[in-house]
Amino acid sequence: MKAILRILPKRIAIIIFTLWLISIFIFGITQALPGDAAFMVLGQWANDEALSILRLEMGLDRPLATQYVDWLSNFIRGDFGKSLAMHLPVKPILMGRLINSLQLGVLAFLQIAFVGIILGVICGIKKDSWFDHVTSTFGFIGVSIPEFVSGSLLILLFSGTIWRIFPAGGHVPLSEGLWPWLSRLILPSITLNLVLLAYVMRMTRSSLIEVFRSNYIRTARLKGLDEKRVVFVHALRNALIPTATLLANNFGWLMGGIVVVEMVFAYPGLGRMTILSIQKRDIPMVQASILLVAIIYILANLIADLLYMILDPRTRQSSK
Amino acid sequence: MSEEFLVKKILPEGDVPKPPKLFQFGRLILSNRKFLVGLILIIGLAIGSSIGSAHLPYDPIKFNIIDKFSNPSAKYWFGTDNFGRDIFSRVVMGAPMTMILGISAVFITLIISVPLGLFTGFWGGRTDEALMRINDAFIAIPSLFMALLLISARSSLEQYFKLPTTWWFDPYPIMAIGFTMAPRATRVIRSAAIHLKNEEFVHAAVARGESSLYIVFNEILPNVWPTIIVEGGIRISYAIIMGATLSFLGLGASPPAPAWGLMIYEAKNFLYSSPWLLVFPSIALSFMIVSFNLFGDGLRDILDPRTRRASLLE
Repeated sequence: MKAILRILPKRIAIIIFTLWLISIFIFGITQALPGDAAFMVLGQWANDEALSILRLEMGLDRPLATQYVDWLSNFIRGDFGKSLAMHLPVKPILMGRLINSLQLGVLAFLQIAFVGIILGVICGIKKDSWFDHVTSTFGFIGVSIPEFVSGSLLILLFSGTIWRIFPAGGHVPLSEGLWPWLSRLILPSITLNLVLLAYVMRMTRSSLIEVFRSNYIRTARLKGLDEKRVVFVHALRNALIPTATLLANNFGWLMGGIVVVEMVFAYPGLGRMTILSIQKRDIPMVQASILLVAIIYILANLIADLLYMILDPRTRQSSK
Repeated sequence: MSEEFLVKKILPEGDVPKPPKLFQFGRLILSNRKFLVGLILIIGLAIGSSIGSAHLPYDPIKFNIIDKFSNPSAKYWFGTDNFGRDIFSRVVMGAPMTMILGISAVFITLIISVPLGLFTGFWGGRTDEALMRINDAFIAIPSLFMALLLISARSSLEQYFKLPTTWWFDPYPIMAIGFTMAPRATRVIRSAAIHLKNEEFVHAAVARGESSLYIVFNEILPNVWPTIIVEGGIRISYAIIMGATLSFLGLGASPPAPAWGLMIYEAKNFLYSSPWLLVFPSIALSFMIVSFNLFGDGLRDILDPRTRRASLLE
């Protein structure tokens, strides 16, 4: 714990610095988008006079540096600006979408953790069995199918003419019943899983095999301990450390991969919001949502690193 | 890379290869033969698609409204789409486009990341620290968002920097993907260079008073080739996935290009009435990604067996 407290201030300083750089990049690239905010509000038929008046009102005539400082200080204070497309404050919309995305992300994450670890453990124990080979081969294919392909195929299979089990997309809040809510989350979360599942499985499998080779497992077996006890008490505890880190490291990735899944299933989350805003050139929305995604991504990675330090005592000395 | 080296890496001492059995097919693919299978598939795809795209049965972009939504038949093997275009011709034409996209995006990535990674790794110190902080900031933006942001600035870029664009070749998504992948590749190559920095031959070169340009290109570069090749090999399939995803999101290839991602996007509107519009490009795309994944994974196992990176996804 001490080691963590020692490195934490430096890590937080680095994170703040990184976020500052990201904010410059996001601001810069959104300025490079064709057409400015005034143009977006008034549309392409607006005359020059109206445009210049609106630019003056929105402060777009000021130097870019001033606009940037203004935008950033507002963002830090929690004022994300006003959406150009929806004429509403960005923050409540974004927070609603973020909660939707988190539901999807957390559900997918739990599925990956459970299914991936269970399959990985079975493959690790029954190394080189037919089950191991079949699972690994399917895992490899799973890694190779992009989410938008597997998602579209799942829709075709499970919400179309063949089996009509799940709705093809959309979102219903949990307050309207468990099944309406869950049925719309199952296909997207499975789609989100397919890629990561194979990695979790392979990681669990290979670290379990490695642990089985270690001396303390041999000792435990030679002591005549029950095989179940060896696997579940002695081996698994250590074998799951890399898996836990992999999972934590990829929570951020999940938030990125969610974009495609949300588009495929028309799921009203943060990722879909960002894409639609980029297409509509809704600059305040794009800026806020990407900065928000970057913050989540960085925090998830920080938590992953800390988790790794807590779980694996060996790293505590070396990370000065 | 000498053959002896390869053999040593493939067959560590004491590990006698067992004769393959039928149930070991999965293992066969997933072990050292991955590279071979991947390579054969890629070469097959390259030859097949280049011959195929020269002898297409129909024009892949020409409308033929009379025959729209034809089921797969002897006339149209994979059926036709909502404009009556032959899906088979479009799928075949998509193959070289996808391969060009993947390979040239990786090429751009390596052009940026190899010099950057090698020099920052070799120099170390303040410059390295500063550049790596900027690099990390780019890494902290999820790849797809990064690529989307870059590609959305496209029309502004086109005003100053117009590149030749045809219906089957569009350099802008390739550039966006190449730039997006560069920061992550830079990190990997930099760490390889740092490992070599303390080798004796590098110290000797420094003591001789060689310039850092000479040391980086004549002493370090020849020794980080395996890392660079592995990095490039693995990233081809990422680039293909990212390119197809961008097209699917409507920000990559633009109609009427027969890019597979775009075809899948267009097929979504006719998902239930004409599922073949979705199925054939999906199979083609997945098949190509499997081939490049096998190739890249096998390459890594052969050249860089110790690297087991925790996250292979970015």
